[in-house]
Amino acid sequence: MSLDRRRWLAGAGASLAGLWLAGCDRLVANSTFNGMLKVAEKWTLRAQRLVTDRNALAREFGPADISDDFKANGTLRPRDPEYAALLAENFASYRLEVGGLVEQPLSLTLAEVRAAPSRTQITRHDCVEGWSSIGKWKGARLSALLDRAKLKPEARYIVFHCADTLDPSATDGAGKYYESIDRIDAYHPQTILAYQMNDATLPIRHGYPLRLRVERQLGYKHAKYVMRIEAVASLDGIGRGQGGFWPDRGYEWYAGI
Amino acid sequence: MAHKPAKVMIRRHSGVTRITHWLNVLAVSLLLMSGLQIFNAHPALYWGAASTFAEPWVSMKKVEVGGEPRGITTVGDLRFDTTGLFGWSGAEGAREQRGFPAWATIPSYRSLADGRRWHFFFAWLFVINGLVYWLWGLARGHVARDLLPTRDQLRPHDLLHEIGEHARLRFPKGEAARTYNVIQKLTYLLVIVVLLPLMVATGLSMSPGFNATLPGLIDLFGGRQSARTIHFLSAAAIVVFVAVHLALVVVSGFWNNIRSMVTGRYAIETSGGAEGDRA
Repeated sequence: MSLDRRRWLAGAGASLAGLWLAGCDRLVANSTFNGMLKVAEKWTLRAQRLVTDRNALAREFGPADISDDFKANGTLRPRDPEYAALLAENFASYRLEVGGLVEQPLSLTLAEVRAAPSRTQITRHDCVEGWSSIGKWKGARLSALLDRAKLKPEARYIVFHCADTLDPSATDGAGKYYESIDRIDAYHPQTILAYQMNDATLPIRHGYPLRLRVERQLGYKHAKYVMRIEAVASLDGIGRGQGGFWPDRGYEWYAGI
Repeated sequence: MAHKPAKVMIRRHSGVTRITHWLNVLAVSLLLMSGLQIFNAHPALYWGAASTFAEPWVSMKKVEVGGEPRGITTVGDLRFDTTGLFGWSGAEGAREQRGFPAWATIPSYRSLADGRRWHFFFAWLFVINGLVYWLWGLARGHVARDLLPTRDQLRPHDLLHEIGEHARLRFPKGEAARTYNVIQKLTYLLVIVVLLPLMVATGLSMSPGFNATLPGLIDLFGGRQSARTIHFLSAAAIVVFVAVHLALVVVSGFWNNIRSMVTGRYAIETSGGAEGDRA
């Protein structure tokens, strides 16, 4: 191999390394390339649905495993006036609304939610950032509430509307937190609306008065400060249409990985 | 009758080996860089099922030292000032708090959502490419023929001799260069059989959905935070392997090595007379 050719190749190698770094950032911003990457999300979802029993339970832990430093992310104390007003009167006039595609809409006081069929579970909470904490949750079984409201057959998703505005800069009205799950996850035995954490009233930073627990999914699915539950046939038109505050911002809706 | 040493071209790597090698280079590089982006979302590591936030065994963060921000990396009880590299990096005046620096992550700026999207896309390429290599390698005898050491190669005396030769950067020549030497074989097997599959297994263990599918897998690694730690350590071991691999590619005949992994043709020096096979 001639010296010229070697020099040319070495130069090409260095140029390629530079292009590689700059190119990756350009590709991140390229919508066609992003579309290609998004295809893999569908494969991952399908692969997970293929190998996983939708009714399989998340691991439950013992009391000794409970974290004493359970981390709180997202909103730690909603500044929304509606929430502040409810807090001032100890949530006396709070009503959990269950509506949308149901035959019997519900409007439940906190006492009524606490009196509903419940489940207690010690589970691991996995944040999308990479950390995990273990906590004990007691809450109303979502399946029992949905049965009481008589979910219509055309309802495909259950949407959780929350009290907190996590992105005040959003000008399209999509700054409020919300999440959604499909019918199967809604009827999973471990899916509850938690009002107790570690045998005490759910702390404000963890979502008082009600927080969704949908085990086997990442932390951002576990919507805090739940005010209203809506059964829908499609997620279009809610927020930015991707099914949740973080899914609207590029994270996976199904949150299983 | 004595022969002058002659160069003979042999066919060293099959098409499948070459294609899967370069696809793996692409996938592993992008997985590493997008993985560091994901790590940066919480630049600390723990052992066990849950995080013990006050006592990570590894952490990278910005700490004010004497009123001045510094990048501090801790490993167990050890504490290092890694300003500019880990914890606090970027151009002077525009430094920011981040685990790994911008040049090591995809994208260069902070975006966990984009990092995850790249990571899971190239994870598919990595797994499918690896399966093709494995199935082909087993079916066509590549693993048994080229990678499994012979009984002779594993004798302690021969092993020690080979290690000594490598330490002096003396590599097999002539007929002995036709096949992988024992250190090559053991190292490639370690990477192909242990490290790369370990990345997939520990990666899957971090999926809360997959945990419910196969609870035994995460137990094998000692819990989710241990799985995350092992994922990171295994990736670090792959980086070390690649660094040594590249260094040896350079010192043991750079162009010959590169050509053999691109075109398949590899030159060996023989004492003459020997025929190049399929060259």
